[in-house]
This record gives sequence, structure tokens and C-alpha cells, in this order.
Amino acid sequence: MVEFAMYHAWLVPLLPALAFLAIVFLTRPWPMLSALVAVAGIVGAFVVSAFAAYGVFTNPEFTEKPLVYAVRWFSMPGMQIDVGVQLDPVSAMMIFMVSMVASLIFIYAIGYMKGDPGFSVFFSYVSLFAASMLLLAISSNLLEMFVAWELVGLCSYLLIGFYSHKISAREAAKKAFITCRIADFGLLLGLLSLQIIFGTLNLVELSEKIAHFEQYTTFGVLTLIAVLVFIGPIGKSGQFPLHVWLPDAMEGPTPVSALIHAATMVVAGVYLVARTMFLFHEVPGAMELVAITGGFTALFAATIAVTQREIKRILAYSTVSQIGYMMLALGVGSMTASLFHMWTHAFFKALMFLGAGSVLHALHHKADVWEMGGLIKKMPITGWTFVIGGLAIAGIPPFAGFWSKDEILAVTLDSGHYVLFVMAAFTAFLTAFYMWRLIFLTFFGEENPENHPHESPPVMTLPLIGLAILSAVGGLVGTPWAPLWSEWIFYGHPHHAEPNYWVMIGSIVLAAAGIYLAYQLYCADKTKARAKALAERYNHIYTILYNKYYIDEIYLWFNHTIIDGAARLFYLFDIYVVDGIIVNGLGALTCLFGEGLRVSNTGRLQNYALVFFLGVLAVVVLLAFTGPSSASLTVGGVK
Amino acid sequence: MEGIWMTVAFYLLAATILGSALLVVMLRNIVHSVLWLAVCFVAMAGLFLTLDADFLAAVQVLVYAGAVCIMVVFGIMLIQRGDMGSTNLFNSQTKAAAGVVALVLVVCGYLSATTQWVGTAVAVPEQTVENIADILLSKYVIPFEVAALLLLVALVGAIFLAKEVKADGHND
Amino acid sequence: MVTTISLTHYMVLSALLFGIGLFGVLAKRNAIAVLICIELMLNAVNINLVAISKYITPTLFTGQLFAIFVITVAAAEVGVGLAIIIAIYRNRVSVNLDDFDWLKW
Repeated sequence: MVEFAMYHAWLVPLLPALAFLAIVFLTRPWPMLSALVAVAGIVGAFVVSAFAAYGVFTNPEFTEKPLVYAVRWFSMPGMQIDVGVQLDPVSAMMIFMVSMVASLIFIYAIGYMKGDPGFSVFFSYVSLFAASMLLLAISSNLLEMFVAWELVGLCSYLLIGFYSHKISAREAAKKAFITCRIADFGLLLGLLSLQIIFGTLNLVELSEKIAHFEQYTTFGVLTLIAVLVFIGPIGKSGQFPLHVWLPDAMEGPTPVSALIHAATMVVAGVYLVARTMFLFHEVPGAMELVAITGGFTALFAATIAVTQREIKRILAYSTVSQIGYMMLALGVGSMTASLFHMWTHAFFKALMFLGAGSVLHALHHKADVWEMGGLIKKMPITGWTFVIGGLAIAGIPPFAGFWSKDEILAVTLDSGHYVLFVMAAFTAFLTAFYMWRLIFLTFFGEENPENHPHESPPVMTLPLIGLAILSAVGGLVGTPWAPLWSEWIFYGHPHHAEPNYWVMIGSIVLAAAGIYLAYQLYCADKTKARAKALAERYNHIYTILYNKYYIDEIYLWFNHTIIDGAARLFYLFDIYVVDGIIVNGLGALTCLFGEGLRVSNTGRLQNYALVFFLGVLAVVVLLAFTGPSSASLTVGGVK
Repeated sequence: MEGIWMTVAFYLLAATILGSALLVVMLRNIVHSVLWLAVCFVAMAGLFLTLDADFLAAVQVLVYAGAVCIMVVFGIMLIQRGDMGSTNLFNSQTKAAAGVVALVLVVCGYLSATTQWVGTAVAVPEQTVENIADILLSKYVIPFEVAALLLLVALVGAIFLAKEVKADGHND
Repeated sequence: MVTTISLTHYMVLSALLFGIGLFGVLAKRNAIAVLICIELMLNAVNINLVAISKYITPTLFTGQLFAIFVITVAAAEVGVGLAIIIAIYRNRVSVNLDDFDWLKW
């Protein structure tokens, strides 16, 4: 079975894809059947990927040399593109994690989407998404990966705009798509450059060729390629400055937010950088860029999250911030820590999104956390699982987030990026604070009499419990004392930071301080007077943070003034120069010539004869004076 | 006809030809023009005699002065009605035509004056008719036959074109 | 050398006659007058042919022969031309070339 799964890993993306086709063409009129087909597809993919992952992790040779099998997709002179499967610990972990989280979310969605008119359509979209994401994870070729990359972007667009009767959903879908397209253009340029320079896009071949590539200057072509490739992850993973689409993407149904915009798709950028680590590793400048982008985004998004009011929006900024952590870890050279955080984050962030969905479901889509309160009494399962998620993300041991976040902090400190370390540590504090602010405001304190909450059905709460268990124990695979994780997932050599107890204690203290501060402000103080007073006192900062640093407004201003202005200039150019001078001018010139020549077209025989004779005369003159015998026109006689 | 008489004959004939040709062009009555055209053709026959082309002179008188002029007169008779005094007027592009003609004359005059002719002192043989008949029916027999065919075609075509309109209105 | 008539004399005569004919062709209104003037131009050509025949190739007679062909063609041309003019006249009751501007398009 393990053998079968490893050599038929292409089944992993194929099964959800088949589910998508089956729903679209066969089962669409029967919603429950569609949901069952979708769940069957993803669970099948999960089973296959679980066996494949087991096979990879129990056979150490695949850690050294990935298992690759591929078929030729197309071939032309100078370019052969394969499509295939690459199984190594990284991709095995990825397909395992994605299919597992997706399976739970699919089951949850059966309850959440109940009664929606687009029920079948929803399950066809998410099946297509799961297929694309799994294809992205096991691609052996960068072009294949790019196709999957664009497919997940398409699915994201479709699902964000799922409630297409809402204007805001349509706008958010467009925003997400366009923002990602901008980033994908950079990625595409990077991939094309790789193809041109190295003649291949196969990951294994590329890693060998790049390792032997001689770069003569410090800022060379590899740096350029690495930066171009990194633009793609900036867009897809919501890093500054292309993060703006991710919070708006919460217009989609909550399972989508959990699946696509928290657990899987947005970490595709991290995954891509991890896959092309052989490229980034050669270019220290690009690594610095990745680290700084990640560190800055982490802090930047965390500060915004502190002031937001909508429950899913807070979680969205939290996602941006956590992905910043992953990028930071990649940038300082620890793929192990980065992917570890991706692994744990998938569980607790999916958990919290599904919990938020459960809350919204109960409160009929009232999203403002200030209008909630005391929900834990009426919704105990949702509430307590959410608390586990909150402990995990805040970094309280032994929950999952503690181990991965601690590892990131440790490797950042080890690599000597002290400024980034301070930023990351402060972000950890902020994370604990804003997440517990959310929890205290939502689940504790006084009940809002307007709300009539009820616990969600088991089909929704069971996935929550499953994810809560994973959030609690998922980090134990990578504790400093039993570093299983770092023996499997690494770049270069397995490396493992010695347990840094100072960092560990420090991060626990910071998390606890954040939680305590949130408790003091939002739970112990029943009237929340101090929180409001603080917001009053630092009104400027509060306003800036609440408006997300006005990044959206800056983009709008840029679009409206600079781009529209340029467009208006080009419009005028088009009207007056292109249309006016060139198009109409040529037409007018032709008309003018026509008017002039019309006079000559008299239709009179003798006019024509006159001109004809002038022509004859011209020919005669030409022959007589320029011909070869013009010097002396001699007509010879007969001998 | 040698020496000074030759010269006198040439100038007289040339003056007659040019004068009558000018009258052909300038007169306002088309019938008068045709009459002066006949004069011009006869003088041309005389000029051919000065060039030792006696057969051609005969043909000139027969065909041009005789047949062509008569045919044109018949044509005028078939067509012209009303005031014959203004049947042969100038059109609106007279000045332009004069300019073109002047240019043609300048070019022709220049070329005539600058061309070096390699002449020969040999006299034209007396038996012009025999010589012409000889080459016409030997070396140039095919053009001769083609000319015959051309005349036939012209004859048939002229009849066809000038035929009366049928009673049913078809003017083919 | 006024007394000796050379080839050039005939050439000049021919050119002048040709010019008069050409002027008539271009400037006369009456279609028959145009036809007549074409005859003048053809005669100017005949002068050249015969004169060159005499002064340059006196024994070959090709010049005279071609003059005969020209006369033949001219006779045919006058016949057909007059027939065309008559046909036009039947349609338009005019031989005034200013009335005809059909050579458009």
C-alpha cells in the first residue's frame, strides 16, 4: 500500500480534480451528493498522501534524493517541459498537511453552507482548489507549478466572489485577482529567465545547475532572478506591500477563508521559496530581502490587527503577520523553522477561522467583536477550541505555536539578525495581545442581550475538535528535545539549534504579558473604559492603525491620480495625435489629393491626349539625352 | 531636276504644304479645311517627286488627295447641319496645346540639328516600282498580306459601325 | 549652303507639319477636324520615311515601302474613324468633342 501510494502520488491531485468534474457534469442538481463526492475526493487524496508521506519519512534515502517520475509534456527545440511528481519530505509534508486540513474543512463546510443555493457549486470550486493546491505541492517542474499557482489564484477569485450578489464580494474578488496577477508577472519573468539561462525548469536539474553556476559579480543575474521569483510569493502570501487583497478576501464563505486564505493557498508563497531554496541560497542579498520583508510584514500586520473590529479581519491580519514569520525564517536560512511554523499555523489558524465561522453562523453574520461577549456559555465547543487555538498562536507551551515560533526566534537570533529578532519578539507580544483581545471580547465578559447564539451542529464542531487536538499536539514533532522535524525537513544539512532557554522563557513571558494585558483591558474591566481611554489618548496612532496605515487609500490615490492621469494623457494623445493627426490626418490628406486629382479626371479625350504627348515628350527627352548613345546620336548608313 | 531648280521646287512645295496645313487647322469652315487638305496632299505628292519616289507620289494622289478627301467630305455631308461657317472651332485648351506643340518643335528641332547623318552619294535607282514590287512580294510579303487583311477588317468594321439604326430601336 | 537641299531640310519640314497636325489634334473641337489633323501628322511621318530612304538607304526602298504601309493604314483609319464618328453622331447628335466627357472612371 505504501509502495503503491508513493508511485501513484499523482492520484493525490487527480482525485479532487475528478470530484470537481463529477460535480460539475453529473451531481450538481443534488447538493448532498455533490458534498459527498467532494469529501470522498479529498479524503481519498488524504489517504494516498498519508501513505506516501509515511513511505517518504520511513525511507531516509528520499531525504537525500527525491523520488521523481515524470512524463514529457511538450518539447520544442531548446525547451523540454516535463510534467510529473516530485516526492521528498517537503512535498510529502505539504500534501499530507493540505489534504488533512482540507478534509476537515470540507466536512465543516457541509454544515456551514447548508441551505445555500450555490451549495454544489461551492463544493466543485473547493474541489478544484484542493486539486490545484495539491498539484502545486507535488510538482516536479516549475512551469507545472506555475500552472497550479495560477489555478489556485483562479479558485481564490471564484470563491472570494462566491456571494456575487454582494458588491463588496465582487470588488474583493477583483482586488485579489488583480493584486496576485501583478505579483505573478514577476514570478513568470523569473521562471522565463531561469528557462533561458539554465535551459530547464525541472526542480532537480535546476538545483544541480544553479549549484555549479559561476556568478562573477555580487549583484548578478541570479540576484535579479531571485528577486523576480520572490515577487510572486509577495503577492500570493500577502506580504507587504501586496498584502491588501488578503483582508478583503474575507468576503468569501468562512470555510474558504480557513482553507485558502489561512491554511493552504497563502502559504504557497512560502512553499515556493522553500522549493526554490537552491536559488535563494546562492544569493545572500535575496535572502536578506526575504527576511526583511517577512519581519517587517509580521510587525506591520500585527499592529493593524490590534485595532480591527471585525472578527475575520483580525484573523486575516494575523495570517499576514504569521506568514511574515515564515518568510523571516526562510530569509535567515532556516527552512526547517519556516515550514514547521507553516505546519502548526495551518492547524490553529484553520481552527480559529472555522471557530469564527461557527460564531458568525450563530450570530447571523454579525462580525463586530465589540457586539459579542459571553458566547462561551452558549457555544462551549466552539469557545474552548478557539481558546486552544488562541493559546497555540500566542505561543504558550505545550501548544503547537510555541514550538515553531520559538524555533523561528531562536534561528533569527542565531543568524545574528538582532533588529529582526527584536521585531519578531515584539510581534509575538502583539500577537498574544490582539488574539486574546478577540477571545475576551467574543467569548467572555457580559452577554449581549441582542444575541441569541446556539451551538453549531456536530458536522461543524467535530472538525473543530479535530483541529484543536492537532493544534495542541501538532508541535510535538519538533520540540528541541525530540527534533524529529528537523531530521526530515531541511535544506542542505540537517541542523538543529540547541534549546535556547533564554529565548524560550522570553517568548513565554512575552506571550503571557500580552494575554495579561488583554485580560486587564478587555475582561477584568467590565466597562472597557480603560481600553477606550487608551484609544482616545493615542487617537492619532489608533486612527492610523485602524485605517491600516492608509495603504489602500494610497493605492487608490496612486490609481486615481497617477495612473488615471497618465491614462488621460494617453487618451488625449490618442484623440489628438493618433486619431487626429495620424488617422484623420491621413484620411484628410487622401481626400485632399483626391480633390486635386478629381480636376484632372475630366473625361475629355483631348485633355488626355495633351498629357499623353507631354509624357511622350518626356520619354523622348530622357532617351535622347540620358541614353547610352546620347554623346553623339549617329544613324549609320548602309555599306 | 538638279541644282537650283531642285532647291526652288523644295521651297515652293514646302511653303505650299505648310501654308495649306495651317489653313486646314485655322479655318472655321470644315469643308474649306478639307479642300485645303487636298491641296496639301497634292503638294506632298510633288515633294515625293523631289525625293525620287514617283510611285509613292502617284499613290499619294490616288489615295489621299482622291479617296481620303472624298470620304471625309462624304462624312461631313452625313453629319453636319446648320451653319457651316462655324463648324471647325477651337476648344478651350488651345493655349496649352500650343505650348505642347512648341515643346515638341523645340525637341525635334534640337535633335534634327544635332544629329550627324551618315549620308551616301548613291542615287536612287530609276525603276522604283519594280524595286518596291520586288521586296513587297518577297521579303515583306507577310506584312503585305496583313495589310490586306487590315483593309478588309476596316471595310467590314466601317460598314458595321455606320449602319443605319434598325426600326425596332436597337442601334447595335 | 542654301542651294543644296539636305536631309535636315526635310526633317524640319516634317517636324513643322507634325507640329501643325498635333496642334489641330489637341485644339480642334470638331471630331472630323481631329481626324484630318491626324492625316497631316501621318504625312509628316511619310516625309521623314521617304527622305531618309533617299539620303541614307537609296537602294533598299524600305522607307518607301513603309510609307505605302502608312498610307494603307491611314486609309483604313479614316474609314473606321468616320464610321465611329457617324455612330456617335447618331446617338448624341453632335460631333463636338467638348460635349463628350465619357472617359471617366
